[in-house]
Amino acid sequence: MIFEYAPAPESRSVVTLRETYDLFVDGEFRPAEGGEYLTTLNPADETKLAQVAVAGEADVDRAVAAARRAHETVWSRMSGAERGKYLFRVARIIQERSRELAVLESMDNGKPIKETRDVDLPLVAAHFFYYAGWADKLRHAGLGPDPRPLGVAAQVIPWNFPLLMLAWKIAPALATGNTVVLKPAETTPLTALVFAEICQEADLPPGVVNILTGAGETGRALVEHPGTDKVAFTGSTEVGRRIARSVAGTGKRLTLELGGKGANIVYDDAAIDQAVEGIVSGIFFNQGHVCCAGSRLLVQESIAEELLPRLRDRVAKLRLGDPLDKNTDIGAINSAAQLERIRELTDSGAEEGVERWSPPCDLPSTGYWFAPTLLTGVSQAHRVAREEIFGPVLSVLTFRTPEEAVAKANNTPYGLSAGVWTEKGSRMLWTAERLRAGVIWSNTFNKFDPTSPFGGYKESGYGREGGRHGLEAYLG
Amino acid sequence: MAERRKGNAGKNPGKGAAEPAPVPGRLAVRKTYKLYLGGAFPRSESGRSYPVTSAKGDHLANASLASRKDAREAVVAARKAFGGWSARTAYNRGQILYRVAEVLEGRREQFAAQAVAAQGLSREAASRVVSAAVDRWVYYAGWTDKVAQVLGGANPVSGPYYNHSAPEPTGVVAVFAPQDAPLLGLTSVVAPVIATGNTAVVVTSEHAPLAAVDLAEVLATSDLPGGVVNLLTGRAGELGPHLAAHADVNALDLTGAGDLATGFEETAATTLTRVVRPGPESGGGEDAWLDPDPGTSRMTPFLETKTVWHPIGV
Repeated sequence: MIFEYAPAPESRSVVTLRETYDLFVDGEFRPAEGGEYLTTLNPADETKLAQVAVAGEADVDRAVAAARRAHETVWSRMSGAERGKYLFRVARIIQERSRELAVLESMDNGKPIKETRDVDLPLVAAHFFYYAGWADKLRHAGLGPDPRPLGVAAQVIPWNFPLLMLAWKIAPALATGNTVVLKPAETTPLTALVFAEICQEADLPPGVVNILTGAGETGRALVEHPGTDKVAFTGSTEVGRRIARSVAGTGKRLTLELGGKGANIVYDDAAIDQAVEGIVSGIFFNQGHVCCAGSRLLVQESIAEELLPRLRDRVAKLRLGDPLDKNTDIGAINSAAQLERIRELTDSGAEEGVERWSPPCDLPSTGYWFAPTLLTGVSQAHRVAREEIFGPVLSVLTFRTPEEAVAKANNTPYGLSAGVWTEKGSRMLWTAERLRAGVIWSNTFNKFDPTSPFGGYKESGYGREGGRHGLEAYLG
Repeated sequence: MAERRKGNAGKNPGKGAAEPAPVPGRLAVRKTYKLYLGGAFPRSESGRSYPVTSAKGDHLANASLASRKDAREAVVAARKAFGGWSARTAYNRGQILYRVAEVLEGRREQFAAQAVAAQGLSREAASRVVSAAVDRWVYYAGWTDKVAQVLGGANPVSGPYYNHSAPEPTGVVAVFAPQDAPLLGLTSVVAPVIATGNTAVVVTSEHAPLAAVDLAEVLATSDLPGGVVNLLTGRAGELGPHLAAHADVNALDLTGAGDLATGFEETAATTLTRVVRPGPESGGGEDAWLDPDPGTSRMTPFLETKTVWHPIGV
């Protein structure tokens, strides 16, 4: 007997969209000086969600000045305990409004409600809750007897986990006594603007958090503004290089969380069913829009013939469609531009001779969609083995010995994440020790926690977010 | 061909820096100062050298003037040594760093004489600097098997997972050693880099490079594997751009890079190379490095944090 899935859409009624959203500066919403707006779309159906102000240089000036004033007059003078209480309050309001934020995030980003509801939002609230508790304990963080905030932090975040990346940036910065000017991504600004409302609701002093929406130019103006003490960026390696260059010689502190091409190594003794689940969550979680995705599957040759059919069977059962449907596994690609990048790179694989497979999969007629895809017969020289696709596309390679697995896994300029699947503890530890990556998931994948430091080796960036380590980026 | 600064050629050759007191009727044997690459002491492949003078301007010796190719060779040697050195147990690295202190202690007189000649320090000041340098090796010898416990640990994640973070060496570090602190300053920047399992390519003080070459002889006789520390005497301005741009250099310590630091930092951005900018010690001479407890601040920039997750279950 075959059970069919009935539609199970989450209600949108919990979200009240405004026609236009302005910048959040010094505790108030105000239009951009230049009067310009951009449109943010729902990537699942290309409908317009709202108009969002585009911040220019004058707006950046004003926001940085507000943040400086707030830092000097209020935030850095407040006791850590009181700062912490503000953050606890913010965490609680996020929990209270989490359904609204989850639905809005799915609408603006295209990711399944299952993920925003069960992963993004719980982690966002937990991140604020975690760092709230640090605010009055910084002397015990092993960063010196009297660690001091840096001042004003310029923060630029990507579109793949909009509110979670905001939490990763703002929570540790505020807990350590810094004030922030944050720019959310051009295509996913809405939850950051609701977060601004939450700051008002929490009576956070004006200027402690400032949110400037806009595109690349706004981001550039913010990271190059001479009035900040710290730049924190999550995004592409290409933009990360530019930012590192522009920060050189300014004395500003810098942390970067950039791209990845994570290897997911499956040894011949792995628990195959668990490994298949891990491979799927490693690459298809969040449509593969994950810098730490396990986008290169390295399978031991002796089990490849057994594992790949089982992987295909499992991928064929993934449900692609309406992000607000509670049964959806794979939502929409975030933007037309990203869809084009995924297509171009995946096509390059076909041109270079790799074998491409996707399950039978009806794509909705409007919106941005890409079917889950496996690429086999991939060699290390292929572009799809070297470049970050940032989409639901898995490149499959094989290996014979553990040494070869490690060599192939490390054969990349990136070093953000890696996975190891084996039932043998000593082999797991041996492999984890040799992988040059900041996060190693063994017999699991794509797990996150506020207490767990996250960040890359090599060209995946520097600095850590999360845990005690995450404080270091904001203390001098 | 020797490159010589204006006015020095042929002037008052003087005696070598750490040359022992002359014995009547005996011609002293002088030392040729060379590079230290991959555990060997080659001359610069370029065949160049440059004169090194004392604080008073007297000629002390000729030092090798390292070239771009020497810098590349040094990076190759450091990369080759990295796997083995980083895989040594922390205890073993500590033993070797302590051995460096022991051997340096046995050569106190040589290094003190060098500091008097090259830097014009008083005997007392020179002795203080050498003592502090020996003690610095002891200090970092002790750190090798503590730093992971201080910086790493268990993370109490909200779920049935074992989760643990530990520091790991970042790789090959190009160190621009302080210009005005050729022994204690040099030791203070090199020891933390290798204590943590990194390997180093060091551009020594340009004007006072002889102590670095003497130190290389100590390193070479302390069971430190070849290639863990590679020393280039010469000009930061000539070698630096290549080291900063080198894709196989993982981090730069720009402490001694002076005005060149910003340019090197810009170049390093292309490969996301980690950068330590010149700090408060810069320009303060050997005395700026006397603090006996510099803490972890010179180790953490050259460490990556690796976090490992594993499910807990039966």
